[in-house]
Amino acid sequence: MISSQHDGSLLRIKNLTGIRGTEKLFQGIHFDLQSGQAVWLRGANGSGKTTLLRMLTGISVPEVGEILWNGETLAKSEAFRRQLVYLGHSNGLKDDLTALESLQFLTTVHGRSSEAPALEEALQKMGVFHRRHLPVRMLSQGQRKRVALARLALETQPGVWVLDEPFDSLDDSGVAVVTQLLETHLGRGGRVILTSHIPFKIEGVDIRTLQLEKRRAP
Amino acid sequence: MTGAAVRSVLGRDLRLASRRPIDAFLPVVFFLVAGSLFPLGVGPEANVLRQIAPGVVWVCALLSAMMSLGSLYGGDYADGSLEQMLISAQPTLLIVCAKALAHWIMTGLPLILVAPLLGMLFDMHSDAIQTLVWSLLLGTPILSLVGGVGAALTLGLRNGAVLILLLVLPLCIPVLIFGAGAVANVDMGLSPSGHLSLLGALLLLTLLGAPVATSAALRISV
Amino acid sequence: MKTRPRFFTFAAPSRFYRLAGLLVPWLYGVAAIFAVAGLYIGLFVAPTDATQGEAYRIIFVHVPAAWMSMLLYMAMAGWAAVGWAFNARLASMLARAIAPTGAAFTFLALWTGAFWGKPTWGTWWVWDARLTSELILLFLYLGYLALVEAIDDTRRADQAGALLAVIGAVNVPIIYFSVRWWNTLHQGATISMTAAPKMANTMLTSMLLMTISFWAYAFAVTFARTRAIVLERERQAEWVHGVVVPLESRKP
Repeated sequence: MISSQHDGSLLRIKNLTGIRGTEKLFQGIHFDLQSGQAVWLRGANGSGKTTLLRMLTGISVPEVGEILWNGETLAKSEAFRRQLVYLGHSNGLKDDLTALESLQFLTTVHGRSSEAPALEEALQKMGVFHRRHLPVRMLSQGQRKRVALARLALETQPGVWVLDEPFDSLDDSGVAVVTQLLETHLGRGGRVILTSHIPFKIEGVDIRTLQLEKRRAP
Repeated sequence: MTGAAVRSVLGRDLRLASRRPIDAFLPVVFFLVAGSLFPLGVGPEANVLRQIAPGVVWVCALLSAMMSLGSLYGGDYADGSLEQMLISAQPTLLIVCAKALAHWIMTGLPLILVAPLLGMLFDMHSDAIQTLVWSLLLGTPILSLVGGVGAALTLGLRNGAVLILLLVLPLCIPVLIFGAGAVANVDMGLSPSGHLSLLGALLLLTLLGAPVATSAALRISV
Repeated sequence: MKTRPRFFTFAAPSRFYRLAGLLVPWLYGVAAIFAVAGLYIGLFVAPTDATQGEAYRIIFVHVPAAWMSMLLYMAMAGWAAVGWAFNARLASMLARAIAPTGAAFTFLALWTGAFWGKPTWGTWWVWDARLTSELILLFLYLGYLALVEAIDDTRRADQAGALLAVIGAVNVPIIYFSVRWWNTLHQGATISMTAAPKMANTMLTSMLLMTISFWAYAFAVTFARTRAIVLERERQAEWVHGVVVPLESRKP
């Protein structure tokens, strides 16, 4: 499946160095993320994958190197933040809010439409519609993950998706749904960078691999 | 769009508090308990109590306001919602203001409503109680704002709760001095307007400075 | 601090390490000499005070200590801010090194204040505006130290400390003003440290000498502490291996 929509925007990563404490996790990371491309970030535990992802979201500022969205640093680019979707290790869901309320909060904060029908449809797609009025603390790990992932089902723009272990805690059907979402996203010209310790395949897309090994660029 | 986000942060925090009502009442209960300890320690003589009342009520209000600071950003930090808020295109400044407002509504406002009760326990005159309420009205927002800075700086730290107290209490001393001083003045038959104006000035200064500092602190800590 | 033609030459930790290492003994020397001179004049040459007798002589330690405590706080906040704003590692290390010394001087000022108060006014503590402000300053120092110690990540600790120090520095005038206000309202006839004996020239000389001594001491101790921090933080660097290994080989 060839991407029919190509967004000319460019996410450029230059000479990125990741430091934790006094330890250098990785250095000299260079790559570009074009429209319709997916990058699989791999590495052993502790190799700095999450650190790199956090830099890509702009929440962590690299001491050496820079990340540019259409030539602007992430910190200065509001445009980048508006189209970014980040799903981190923690789901961003409040234990005491219902699944629907949690999702609603996240979509509102990120400037997406938070109309109940659309949200319910997304939850339906993720297979947790029947749990939507339960407080998040009553959901299983897998169900919480599905609620968090429901944000992806609501996206319609070809933005940048930064996903930390999106397949974690999911069963086969869950993995299939997420893979489908990724396919659709890349098809409309979106970009994805993710970590996963589970191998996966996206139909019609050549997944680039970025391997992080301690103190060496790939 | 931005207004909606601020309202949603505020609304969410209030909704969360309403689901844990006991937690929400703890600071107020502490306020009453701590205040009641003083007569037990100092003796029940009305004249003495009336004299120490402004200071005691204010110190107890200060400590009570500080009590709930740990959960101001702590919960969001732990479950990743803070991350999401900071990553979003919403100005951190507005999120911080929404959070401070939520904290004040949940902690400061109840204190203001309950303070007259404590005042009566100390046999304060009604005009003193009135000034007390005014001073708390001006002062508790300052506590929420300054407290926010402390909470943001100590995110995720082991002894966060006590550390916040150590960091924030010295900075709140002027509020304590002017707040309690206003009430003491009224007790002496003098006008509290000087103290209250200074308190108002402090509030303005804090409104300008604290959210900026808190945003910076959040960026540092997350 | 020194201004040299190429100011940032010594911003490199390794060069600072060497330069500071050379200076520290001299600084201790200067501190000792000026302390002896200052104390001699203060204790033996300066006249006895009409109202306070001999006890007042403690101000020759108390006042310079108080000055240093405030100066060092500003220096600490300043260097921390520089380190944060320019990502200058050495500046952040310097700020961390200043903090304990600043706190120590604050404590010294309070301690000597108590020793002054007892024979003069009969109490170990007087809620005088300046002494109370000094106490609050101690809390600010302790807060800074507690915060930076509690954070494991070096960068976060430095930056958080810098923010806190700057907030403290901004608040110091506000706090001082409010404490003065509080003090003048609550005490009619103010018993205060400002009611110190009128300064004879010799007294001023002594205080000046003691101030220089404390300043030199503060430099010496701060530099020594910074050197230790440099070694700790730069331990991955080549030049540190050259410094540390020989010491280790001397161990039994």
